[in-house]
Amino acid sequence: MSSAAAKTPATKPKRSRGPLLLALLAAVVALATVGVAALLISIFEHKQEGRTPFVRLVDVKETSTDPVPWGINWPSQFDSYRRTVDDEETERGGSSAMPASKLDEHPWLKRLYAGYAFSIDYREARGHAYMLYDQEVTDRVTQRPQSGACLHCHASIIPTYRRLGLEAEGKEADAETLANDFNWPAVMEGFKLASAMEYSAAHNELLKTPDGTPGEKNPLFPGGNTPNTPANPPASEGKPSDGEDDVGTGEEAAGKVDEHHLGDAHPVACIDCHDPKTMELRITRPGFINGIAALAESDDPVPHMPSVERWRKGNRQRPYDPNVDASRQEKRSFVCGQCHVEYYCGPKETLFFPWQNGLKIEQIEKTYDGHKFPDGEPFYDFVHGETGAHVYKAQHPEFEMWSQGIHARSGVSCADCHMPYQREGAMKVSSHWVRSPLLNTNNACQTCHNVPEEELRDKVATIQGRTTAQIERAAVALTDMLDAIRDAEAAGATEEELGLIFELQKKAAWRLDFVSSENSKGFHADQEAMRILGESIDYSRQAEAAALRLRAPKAPESTREVVPVEGVTPARKN
Amino acid sequence: MNEEPAEPEPQVAPPTAGRGIKGRFFAFLAVGVGVLAGLGLFTFGYGQGASYLSNDPKGCVNCHVMQGHFDSWEQSSHRHVAVCNDCHLPHHPIGKWVTKADNGFFHSLAFTLENFHEPIQIKPRNRRVTQEACLHCHADLVHNLLPAESGGDMLNCIHCHSDVGHAFKD
Repeated sequence: MSSAAAKTPATKPKRSRGPLLLALLAAVVALATVGVAALLISIFEHKQEGRTPFVRLVDVKETSTDPVPWGINWPSQFDSYRRTVDDEETERGGSSAMPASKLDEHPWLKRLYAGYAFSIDYREARGHAYMLYDQEVTDRVTQRPQSGACLHCHASIIPTYRRLGLEAEGKEADAETLANDFNWPAVMEGFKLASAMEYSAAHNELLKTPDGTPGEKNPLFPGGNTPNTPANPPASEGKPSDGEDDVGTGEEAAGKVDEHHLGDAHPVACIDCHDPKTMELRITRPGFINGIAALAESDDPVPHMPSVERWRKGNRQRPYDPNVDASRQEKRSFVCGQCHVEYYCGPKETLFFPWQNGLKIEQIEKTYDGHKFPDGEPFYDFVHGETGAHVYKAQHPEFEMWSQGIHARSGVSCADCHMPYQREGAMKVSSHWVRSPLLNTNNACQTCHNVPEEELRDKVATIQGRTTAQIERAAVALTDMLDAIRDAEAAGATEEELGLIFELQKKAAWRLDFVSSENSKGFHADQEAMRILGESIDYSRQAEAAALRLRAPKAPESTREVVPVEGVTPARKN
Repeated sequence: MNEEPAEPEPQVAPPTAGRGIKGRFFAFLAVGVGVLAGLGLFTFGYGQGASYLSNDPKGCVNCHVMQGHFDSWEQSSHRHVAVCNDCHLPHHPIGKWVTKADNGFFHSLAFTLENFHEPIQIKPRNRRVTQEACLHCHADLVHNLLPAESGGDMLNCIHCHSDVGHAFKD
């Protein structure tokens, strides 16, 4: 680099300004050179970033459920993934405070779910980081027996499925075998076995599976590091949820580490959506694999899943396989649809997604109506505590609701809004801080919607406000219906008479539940949500009217004359 | 930038201290200016500077943040009839280069300092340029919609037709 060495021995005072000017000139040249060099380096850095480089310092394998080693290779994604502990949506945020109880905020939910574990503990959702911990400590799990199927979605469980599957076949299931091959047949087999277990047994199986970080027992996120104590037998009365911090089994059992404890359990981690060899998106959940294959066999139009439409036109020699057939853009929704769906996840049958007839609510209902448990009993989720009706419980049908909406139809994936691209220099990185787009409207919405943020937020607020108001209206109709049914029964209605009304109750509750348990307050498909709620209100009122009619005296024949049309003005009487 | 020194050749003159030192200094400065020019030339080449003087859309993608805009243009209805410059530069021979220089400088500055709004938003001035570009081709079709006097109120074509140049934009 050039630099000016100003020398000022004042030999000739007359010309003393000459060297100064020269020095200045040299300094200017030096500065310009610094600027050009800086620009050069900046261009070089951006070119490097543009290649989205990563250095695979740690070898991650098929057992690496612990996200920490992945974070060493892919720090940008990992940094935002860790932020799922941040919780802006509840006012009770913080790492240990449990989110607010929905049951306290909406008392009608207790009546909707009467006789079902959701009536004892049901809280606001929070970030992915808590999915396992919150399941370990919810009263639904600690006070009622639950099945191992729940862990299909709340834990990074695939290596455990593989291990159980291999062990059932009598094959070697050591750490190396588990780490080297995904082995779908074994995963499917283990999935069936784990679904049939008690929750606590399945949870303990998680801890017997290596997690890719041997000897390290500190999970990144809360929960998952201790064996789960067996669920208490059903108590005669459920402990009412008081909304205070629950000290759940996960915390009570802390320190009781059994000798088989190899790995920690983790909530959803990198390996649940990514192939550790190529980092490609990958569907890992057996429930989704089976569900989407069944959907492909149906004739429900799915224009937002072009690869399914293509498969249908093909020879159908093999089942539709999202890992083979789906495009990357489709997989950016499918990986979320592995869990954000409606499913049956109880003890009577292996977990399944009810998509044989299609994704719309009445198609799912048709599937359930026609479904029989393995023991031959007609399908139902629970017996309603207040009326005795056999009813369905909707889980969180985000994938199904989104499928009916304008964004899906326009080719927008879940990740486009919930994990929008962030720029890091010249690198594009999907934000792995999965959260509401409303907390990030700039990146989530404005990439496509060229309108002010305020306007976008107003639009969403309008949709969600209308939907919420309609949910509340449907809830009033539902509770009125329950009262009317109980009154009818008290007045001596026969089982046969009530049976028809129970059918209406089931339809009404299923529809209200479908929208209220779906995590978008109608935004994923606003007209669909309103349509469903309208039907719910209709069925509730039909059931209520039928129940009231059972008690009402028979009306005499009406003799009132039906007046014919006489024109706009009545005829003059002269 | 800098004047080249008038007497760069080192003279083996009688050792008059002042001139000798001055001469050496100019030689030194000449080397400095040469280094600057060389580094500048290399940077211009490495940064594909010449491509910015062309009409090739790939030149715009040198700046990595424009990749998305390039991709959506490739899927748009105008991909066969218009490149970046057709819509984003005036069709006036002088205005074209003024706008190119202006945007070129400020885009480079923004991306180098990384202090720009995301998603990228068009400046009012550049929006006027695109509007003029629409009319450059489509004026005959829409002349009934145009204001009676120049400068009068006018609908902005891309308010409704936002995806003609970049697909999937509303």
